[in-house]
Amino acid sequence: MRLKYVLSEVLVGLWRNVTMTIAMIITMAVSLTMLGASGLMYLQVDAMKDAYYKDIEVSIFLVAGVTEEQRTQLQTDLEGDPLVREVKYESKQEAYERFQKLFADSPDLVKAVQADKLPESFRVNLVDPEQYQKIFDTYKGREGIDDIIDQRRLLEQIFNILGAVQNMALVSASVMAIAALLLVANTIQVAAYSKRREVAVMKLVGASNWFIQAPFVLEAVVAGLLGAIIGFGALVLGKIFLLDGSLRDLTDLLTPIEWSTVLLMFPFMAGVGGLVSAVTAWVTLRFYLRV
Amino acid sequence: MIQLEQVTKTYPKASRPSLDSVSVSIEKGEFVFFIGPSGSGKSTIIKLLLHEVTPNKGRVMVNNKDVTSMRSWKIPNFRRSIGCVFQDFRLLPNRTAYENVAFALEVIGKTKAVARRVVPEVLELVGLGGKEHRYPHELSGGEQQRVAVARAFVNRPLILLADEPTGNLDPDTSIEIMRLLDRINRTGTTVVMVTHDSNIVNQMRRRVIEIESGRIVRDQARGVYG
Repeated sequence: MRLKYVLSEVLVGLWRNVTMTIAMIITMAVSLTMLGASGLMYLQVDAMKDAYYKDIEVSIFLVAGVTEEQRTQLQTDLEGDPLVREVKYESKQEAYERFQKLFADSPDLVKAVQADKLPESFRVNLVDPEQYQKIFDTYKGREGIDDIIDQRRLLEQIFNILGAVQNMALVSASVMAIAALLLVANTIQVAAYSKRREVAVMKLVGASNWFIQAPFVLEAVVAGLLGAIIGFGALVLGKIFLLDGSLRDLTDLLTPIEWSTVLLMFPFMAGVGGLVSAVTAWVTLRFYLRV
Repeated sequence: MIQLEQVTKTYPKASRPSLDSVSVSIEKGEFVFFIGPSGSGKSTIIKLLLHEVTPNKGRVMVNNKDVTSMRSWKIPNFRRSIGCVFQDFRLLPNRTAYENVAFALEVIGKTKAVARRVVPEVLELVGLGGKEHRYPHELSGGEQQRVAVARAFVNRPLILLADEPTGNLDPDTSIEIMRLLDRINRTGTTVVMVTHDSNIVNQMRRRVIEIESGRIVRDQARGVYG
């Protein structure tokens, strides 16, 4: 009976204040969508780092007039270097073949480059890709080396962009979250005010604190959860229409976001939405009802 | 039943204490009037007994429990042993007489079945038989106060506190309410009533404690308003 009472109070409370409830749910939903998106982005960047860094190489390009002796010495040194996992030598011929394959779409470009114009190089896999700087410092002054390029540097630019987008999503999620919190606090205050007589009587006759507070807290939690459901729906639509739709090419270039990852966001969003609403409502009641 | 020991209560920003080291002892089953001019501190006693305010000094004992040091989560349960009636009735306007009384039961966890059994009984007791389904605005002031008394008494509390219960009622109706409180007192319930209605005090001839400027100036076993 008490459960039934509490639940019916929740529904009545949400309905009595329906415009405020909708405002609360919408801000919650937008905030949680942002949060979910940035969560996805975070997992995505991690997955991409794992996928790309595994195959990443440091390319040591040699000058055109490198001597046999310099090259052999360099190879021996690289093979003996504890930081290095694997060294592959790429001759001018191999570089040209790769070049041809890479730019097969643009035959003019391929024709314009002569086979011996491409530099020979060592392709080095590092034990720990983060140690690039050490390799660079050790070998940069060597005779016969033209340039040392870390592919990671290129990827890092992509990651930086993704990171910036993620930060933006997080910032807007927090700004929206503040608005959502204020709305929850306000809604709870209005609800408590409209039930002030009941609350006064309940306090007078000795209803327990949880019993007085539960309908208000649950009201906020229900709104938070509805917000999470709508926000999750927005993420799903985003995946269908943006990632798998108009941004298809970009998604293929990066690693694709799996449905399982998107699904993972739901408990996260629902948890954050429900918990944050509950805590806000409870704190508001502490100040406002002083039961 | 009720002991106040050297209780001093000063409200924030007040220039002098509402109660100034007041000591009172009330036995089980007594009927006590607290009288005195407005602002003398008599309503503060009700608030102290309900733990709505805490004293700055001294101890408040109710039913052998120290209310002063009571943990806040124990207060609701403590209040269930006290019934309370006010000048302004404090009924819920959108509920009938029956529902107002039943509400008080249901929010402390009693089932609807218990309410169905107990509420008509107590409404009958306060003389509202047949008016269970009227809303407060369909009842006279005296009848509304009867509903409030029914709500306060439905749990069979050990103590009934009444804060100027006749303040909004005409003399005849006031006397009817007093008869009702007297009947409740005869069931063994301790009644503490704050009032400045001299007629009533003179008629009842019960214990009178007079307060002036926060101090007890008179405590008389079968007193009059004076």
